Amino acid sequence: MLIVALPLLGLVIRTPWSRVLDILTGETATVALRLSLVVATLAAAISLVTGFPLAWVLARSSFRGKTLVRALVVLPLVMPPVVAGVGLLAAFGRRGVVGSWLFDWFGLQVTFTLGAAVLAATFVSFPLAVLALEAGLRGLDDRLEDAAATLGASRWYVLRRVTFPLMAPQIAAALVLSWARALGEFGATITFAGNLQGRTQTLPLAVFERLQTDPEAAFALSMLLIGVAFTVIVALRGRFLR
Amino acid sequence: MTAATSLSVDVTVRRDDFEVSASFEASAGETVALLGPNGSGKSTLVSSIAGLHPPTDGRIVLDGVTLDGNGRSMPPEERPIGVVFQDLLLFPHLSAVENVAFPLRARGIAKADARERAMRFLERLGLTPRAQARPTELSGGEAQRVALARALVAEPTLLLLDEPLSALDVGARVRIRDLIREEMARFPGVRVLVTHDPVEASTLADRLVLLEDGQVTQVGTPDEVRNTPRSRYAADLVGVNAFQGALELLDDGAGRISTKQGDVVVTWPDEDLGDRVIGLLRPTDVTISLEPPAGSARNVFEGVVTSIAIDGDRARIRIATNPPLVAELTHGSVERLGVRPGRAVWASFKAVEVQLVPQ
Repeated sequence: MLIVALPLLGLVIRTPWSRVLDILTGETATVALRLSLVVATLAAAISLVTGFPLAWVLARSSFRGKTLVRALVVLPLVMPPVVAGVGLLAAFGRRGVVGSWLFDWFGLQVTFTLGAAVLAATFVSFPLAVLALEAGLRGLDDRLEDAAATLGASRWYVLRRVTFPLMAPQIAAALVLSWARALGEFGATITFAGNLQGRTQTLPLAVFERLQTDPEAAFALSMLLIGVAFTVIVALRGRFLR
Repeated sequence: MTAATSLSVDVTVRRDDFEVSASFEASAGETVALLGPNGSGKSTLVSSIAGLHPPTDGRIVLDGVTLDGNGRSMPPEERPIGVVFQDLLLFPHLSAVENVAFPLRARGIAKADARERAMRFLERLGLTPRAQARPTELSGGEAQRVALARALVAEPTLLLLDEPLSALDVGARVRIRDLIREEMARFPGVRVLVTHDPVEASTLADRLVLLEDGQVTQVGTPDEVRNTPRSRYAADLVGVNAFQGALELLDDGAGRISTKQGDVVVTWPDEDLGDRVIGLLRPTDVTISLEPPAGSARNVFEGVVTSIAIDGDRARIRIATNPPLVAELTHGSVERLGVRPGRAVWASFKAVEVQLVPQ
């Protein structure tokens, strides 16, 4: 308990409360905050949309190698984020497996762009979305979907009017969890997307940089992130987390 | 809907290790009951007809359209079938009226229009005040009516009712059974009722299809099955003595059912079953003797044996008493008593052996 409480207490004490407003409305903070919101929202949206079919397969079908697929899905959760960043570089970097091809054919460079930051955030938040959605699908009485089909509902209509509404809490949980995870992402982002202010410098990266130049500002920005995390916990209370 | 509407089922369905083979037909305006014990394959067959579990072999033809067969299976959403599921499966996130409007909305009917039609249906079933209620706020009987309305609102040509009364308490059961009977009578297509309850089957269906262990063992009218049951199950469940009539209180606190063919003394029920009841008596509870019985049985009748059917070591004896009775004895007892067709015997049973159900 102390291990959790002391750093929080330290932050509260060390935060320059008189300067907080100035720091948080300063250019570095607002730019980083806006970028963070964009990156996290895009990453959560992508995780949700691409995670749903995967969650569906994991929850509803059985096939050889399903355990392996599930292990792969969960891997980014336990993998050090910096390793994730290195992996993304190996795949999408200028000389990466896919990256070199993208660059040669389309002149596209992924690294050090907003896209890279989104990709890094998606990589780490995707498992949370899949796990929450899978739990939602498992908790659903799939005979309600059968009933809907006998009532003349097409697959898409069943999904829209029965499946999604019934798993709304888990969809919300998936969105909030992956969004929060994406918002806090540091290691993969700094490795793969770099730390370019206004392009890839998200809030956690800004905190890290400020710590070396203006520790008080770092404390203030950290408080902001804690505030966001706290809000997420309150929002999820009684739903996904019990 | 034309008079040619009919359902023809001749399928084999496999589910896990269990295989159901069934063949039966039903025509428009007719109610066919699939009657069988739990685990006999009734639900599997229902899923199959509804298109949720395609048969491994055989054909299902409705109204001249092949639903299953030739290696193809029409998806459930394209079948003109309304299903009332055993546990109803109302959508918990939708109100009663939204549940009923669902099949119409799914078929692309505009919201206002679908809602109006759903409201009309709810009105017919006396549910107008409950239109906005969620399924969890409805009583068992109300939920059952919503499920019925939802199955009927899109005007299917086949109505499938899976154990429609099993989830209800005794009081609601009578009301809902009357309502189902009424709705089925108005429904012009084919009616298929799935049940394990012989009383429900006999009172609601024109024809019974007996299903045991994945096989059809008998098809016939309730009377035919009652008179000549072809299996142990048919004899045990359908071959019961049923006394149908008005229930009155006797001076000594017992009850009496007045049937058209004679009276039967029963114990007065603890709960209110209404004025008209059905008394059920197992043939094994009827005692046969050659002399007037000396025991305490309240129901004693004299009559002539009309037939004896031997099934293994058991014999089913029909006696022309008022009301007529079926008794079941062991083969040995029949021999020992010298019971044979044409012989006058005494049949007796205790009032307490008669089980009462509301009519």
